[in-house]
Amino acid sequence: MQFFIDNFPLLRDAFLTTLSLSLLAGLLALVLGTLLAALRVSPITPLRGLATFYVETFRNTPLTVVFFFLIFGLPQIDFAVGFFTGSVIAVGLYTAAFVAEAVRSGINAVPSGQAEASRALGLSFGQSLREVVLPQAFRTVVPPLGNVWIAMVKNTSIAAGFAVTELTASLQRLSNANAGELVLVLLAIVLGYMLITVPSAFAVSRLERRVAILR
Amino acid sequence: MSTPVLFDLPGPKARARIRLSTVVGAVLILAIVVFVLVRLGGNGQLEAQRWSVLFDPNSGVPQALGEALVATLKVAALGMVLATALGMLLAVGRLSDRWWVRVPVTTVIEFFRAIPLLVVIFTLYFVLPGFGVRLSAYSALTGGLVLYNMAVLAEIFRAGILSVDRGQREAAFGLGLRKSQVMTLVLLPQAVRRMLPVLVAQLVVLLKDSSLGFIIGYFELLRQARSLVEFFTPTFGNQYTFQLYVAAALIYIIVNVAISQVARYIERRTSRNAKAGRVAPVPMPDEGMTAPVPVPRR
Repeated sequence: MQFFIDNFPLLRDAFLTTLSLSLLAGLLALVLGTLLAALRVSPITPLRGLATFYVETFRNTPLTVVFFFLIFGLPQIDFAVGFFTGSVIAVGLYTAAFVAEAVRSGINAVPSGQAEASRALGLSFGQSLREVVLPQAFRTVVPPLGNVWIAMVKNTSIAAGFAVTELTASLQRLSNANAGELVLVLLAIVLGYMLITVPSAFAVSRLERRVAILR
Repeated sequence: MSTPVLFDLPGPKARARIRLSTVVGAVLILAIVVFVLVRLGGNGQLEAQRWSVLFDPNSGVPQALGEALVATLKVAALGMVLATALGMLLAVGRLSDRWWVRVPVTTVIEFFRAIPLLVVIFTLYFVLPGFGVRLSAYSALTGGLVLYNMAVLAEIFRAGILSVDRGQREAAFGLGLRKSQVMTLVLLPQAVRRMLPVLVAQLVVLLKDSSLGFIIGYFELLRQARSLVEFFTPTFGNQYTFQLYVAAALIYIIVNVAISQVARYIERRTSRNAKAGRVAPVPMPDEGMTAPVPVPRR
């Protein structure tokens, strides 16, 4: 117990860093991913190609490499970002590809009668996507999006390698300073992640049941 | 395309509009590409001499990147084999009838799925020495990849086993096979075939995650690129930085796309197999993300 009290400020800061990193990156990924999914079903070929290219590239590149480009590569084209901002953008861009795939599978799962009906009512592509298809698509992809979110929270640990003192980075620091209490150090870090992922998993399953469409 | 119902077969007006948007879209994308190229060119990143270093054997760069690729593949290959074997074992264990097998196996799977891979690797590399176990960067990285991915793969296999039609199991028992025979001769082969796409997606993730070796100092592709940069910087400044990172990224993408293509090929071949019949794709909650958390329903 003494260990937790002694290191509380450090652990709290690390936890808050992980949490804010996750929330900001998650927001970026959700917005960008939805946009990409919409592009992939659009009638305009170059936009469809662009979105496909983006998704395939990011799904086949390690997140660490994305980090590299943002933190060491961007200065080469005269944009420098801080370590934290760079980490948010890296995780966000990477996760957006997975969000796009999830949302697209949701769009494909909406019965085609819905889209046909909205077309028959004279809605344009944008309108039928916005008003009819996407709202239903999001409901069906709540569980996969929840999985993407939980995986993303765990992926933020890679920021530890790029000078962001989040939970995993503090594991390294604390285990050097408290060689006698390694199990406690590990426990604290794992609890930190579970503090985010377990309530998330719970919230996702609640949300899933609430918004489920009964057909 | 995927959802052609979202737009009608375009009439003359719509075709003209789509053509216009196509042009505008293409111009927009071209503008972005040109902007990046101009920015890179302005910093002299596009000079042929800067890129030629990647292919010039005298500079030692191709050899170094080749060795690094081998190091990456070594970790990934060992990790893939061990994680698949252990994952299969754990999946069977989790479905066991005996609680004293099921409960500990479930605990192990859930534990490793719940914590980030990097935490597992850090624990093996930084925390274990405190208990007198010293692991090399290679074993810590491989160990981390195996422990984490075996849990993920176990869930994939379990979902596959549960998705095999119940009649298969009943028929196998009816023929007098033992429990272990039902599992190894009837259920697992069908489960693996069904889960192949998801399985390969996860193995690609494993290969990608081997880049975490960078953080603990294992000389895989990314670390090698970084150390080449550090080697060149004193003499040439930042001249080759960008090129080396691009090279590393491209190698990853090529290898991963190749693996996915092989998987697609195998999938096509096995689905032609008349005995297997055309099986409906098994819905998996997600695929490819570093930590899929499949929720198969019984």
